[in-house]
Amino acid sequence: MKKDILIRVCMGPAGIAAGGKDILDEFKRIFHEKKIKASVGKKCSSHQVGCMGLCASDVLVDIVIDGIKTVYQHVKPDMVEKIVEDHIIGGKPVHRWMADEILVDFNKKQMKIVLSDCGKVDPEDIESYICADGYASARKVFSSMKPEDVINEIKLSGLRGRGGAGFPTGLKWELARKAQADTKYIICNADEGDPGAFMDRAVIEGNPHSVVEGMIITAYAVGSEKGYVYIRAEYPLAVERLRLAVKQAEDKGFLGKRIFNSDKNFNIVIKLGAGAFVCGEETALIASIEGQRGMPRSKPPFPVNKGLWEKPTVINNVETLANIPYIIKKGHAWYSSYGTEKSKGTKVFALTGKIKNTGLIEVPMGITLREIIYDIGGGLDEGKNLKAVQTGGPSGGCIPASMLDIKFDYESLAQAGSIVGSGGMIVLDNDDCMVNIAEYFTRFTQSESCGKCVPCRIGTKRLLEILEKITTGNGEEGDIEKLEELSEYIKKTSLCGLGQTAPNPVLSTIKYFRNEYEAHIREKKCPAKVCKHLLIYAIHKDICTGCGACKRVCPQEAIVGDHKFPHRIEHIKCIKCGACYDICRLNAVGRS
Amino acid sequence: MKRSNEDILHRHLENNGNIISLLQDIQAVFGYIPRESIYYFSEKLNIPSAYIYGVATFYSQFRLNPAGKHKITACCGTACHVKGAEKIIDSLKLELGLDDKEDTTKDGEFTLEKVACLGTCSFAPIVLIDGKVRGKVKHEILVREIKSMKKKK
Ligand SMILES: Cc1cc2nc3c(=O)[nH]c(=O)nc-3n(C[C@H](O)[C@H](O)[C@H](O)COP(=O)(O)O)c2cc1C
Ligand code: SF4
Ligand code: SF4
Repeated sequence: MKKDILIRVCMGPAGIAAGGKDILDEFKRIFHEKKIKASVGKKCSSHQVGCMGLCASDVLVDIVIDGIKTVYQHVKPDMVEKIVEDHIIGGKPVHRWMADEILVDFNKKQMKIVLSDCGKVDPEDIESYICADGYASARKVFSSMKPEDVINEIKLSGLRGRGGAGFPTGLKWELARKAQADTKYIICNADEGDPGAFMDRAVIEGNPHSVVEGMIITAYAVGSEKGYVYIRAEYPLAVERLRLAVKQAEDKGFLGKRIFNSDKNFNIVIKLGAGAFVCGEETALIASIEGQRGMPRSKPPFPVNKGLWEKPTVINNVETLANIPYIIKKGHAWYSSYGTEKSKGTKVFALTGKIKNTGLIEVPMGITLREIIYDIGGGLDEGKNLKAVQTGGPSGGCIPASMLDIKFDYESLAQAGSIVGSGGMIVLDNDDCMVNIAEYFTRFTQSESCGKCVPCRIGTKRLLEILEKITTGNGEEGDIEKLEELSEYIKKTSLCGLGQTAPNPVLSTIKYFRNEYEAHIREKKCPAKVCKHLLIYAIHKDICTGCGACKRVCPQEAIVGDHKFPHRIEHIKCIKCGACYDICRLNAVGRS
Repeated sequence: MKRSNEDILHRHLENNGNIISLLQDIQAVFGYIPRESIYYFSEKLNIPSAYIYGVATFYSQFRLNPAGKHKITACCGTACHVKGAEKIIDSLKLELGLDDKEDTTKDGEFTLEKVACLGTCSFAPIVLIDGKVRGKVKHEILVREIKSMKKKK
């Protein structure tokens, strides 16, 4: 009785956080101890994989026996032994730990291209990717396609840049190919500065070779011998796996001199970012690779003509590059059969916030927001009501619940005042204050503004001041109009994309949630009870039993009262931290 | 300190003289960017110290002061924000006795850092304690943990 046994443990960002490594170690230990390899069959391997998608159920474990897959969810180290005993040795899966319909529903409406091998291949083993047909596209390109053919294929596929702006990738390559120069560079933008986004991190950690392969094909198409990956230092595991992938590809002769036995050379250098959101902007990124302060410059000239060290440079996002091998492999017609007329293919989103099934999803462009939130995401957490979905991070905006049937593509979202952006998707419920959200993003862009141009540096500062005024209860009539006016001005006159889009969160929240702004200004109330300066905490003396729980947690010693008698808050001392509110089981602490 | 700076200088020359890589090397060795190092490299490389400072202050990764023995990193990404990061940071500050401008306790034991986003949004809110991930954290549990770390000192 020989069996093929394959065990895959999710070690994506969330899988690791949930203890994926302990699970894998436990499997390895038990296999070793029980000499499973010898007793069960010739092939039995357990290995780590990148993000499997449904982060909310981590740690996810796939057990594949002779091609039949069983998925376990919420796996803890002490469950491993039983899974091995009952399922792998005994042949009876442990039903109560198996993933339920949620996982089936979660995957039903998804379409995986970029992520098709993510969660299947071992990111630290090039052979694992090669077994999944990895590097076949690069090989094909080098052996049987002219650079022009490659460019044409990508143009016909309709692929648009996934880094935010949605510029047609094939066209960008063509411009770079045509530029006259002795040296050309390609850069993979893995800065992912958007707060609330982790797609690029997950792709690199889950299948770094797809990015490397995408870069090799790009280099061939535009005629470049040197590539850079600009990756943020906050992603140490992604950096480590990428380094390993580059090394393994070099050893195989896919990188370096005369790659794929051709007369072409190509090297990849990894550059660590140093923590500046603006460095995701392409001209700032170039300045940063050159070792300077990461300040954007005005365009044109565009990087495809004058980029790194003044040479023609193609900058592409991680997800854009990871799409390339799959498009070459299956052809443009297959790729462009997904998506809408102007937005082809799929998009990866990081679905988070107040949603049940948080995780990494890949969906065809043109899917509706309703399908994403309810069919894939499983609806809201704790039965709360959807208020809005924030997309596109600090450059994007909020789409209100009333617009749930909006299609997800570049054009429709722009029309609604938001953007697809890089792919962050944060679900907000009735406990979220939209003025606070606008303030949050404005504070972010204000502190990340490089300061080169006045409208962005001073304009965002003024925006933030007005928002702070409103959320602390000092808002006045006319403030909303001031925000709108200032926003338009900043958008029109800033030098780079950061300033040009910084007001979007403010404008879109005013557009759809003006009443919340008005409540803060006129009634000095925060309807969602978030803005702490507008809240008052008080203890209902009829409900309070004097258990003293609140008194013990209050960091200010603001709560007075004798044991078993109703307590009281001394308002002068209270800093409105909410600790008492959170701890009281009887809901005796009220806030208004 | 001189010895280490010399080693870094060596590596730097191999690295084609990129100031950001230089600063990353310095920080990897000392844990921050010491003033002496800036003067040392300014002189050796013939680059104005103001220029090196200019680069060092532009990027949030670089510290100009030593960090505490324990590093607490709170994620301020959007997902963490809507799941209560602010409250967590407030309570950590209160527990560590840090005011708005400080990030390190007077006794040099703790540094509280905020980062833009760690990309682990599914486990929001996230806090790292000495590099180890704590997902879906609750402020009271964190505060308890800090209290016991203080005791062990
Ligand atoms: C402030 C700012 C931040 C950006 N951050 C990123 C980023 O983190 N990752 C990214 O790929 N593109 C980012 N971009 C977009 C890039 O400038 C560029 O358009 C993109 O990398 C091009 O690749 P693509 O055509 O494959 O999308 C940012 C742009 C701006 C204005
Ligand atoms: S818009 Fe802002 S980030 Fe962009 S160049 Fe101007 S100041 Fe710098
Ligand atoms: S809100 Fe915080 S400070 Fe105010 S009484 Fe409650 S626990 Fe004390």
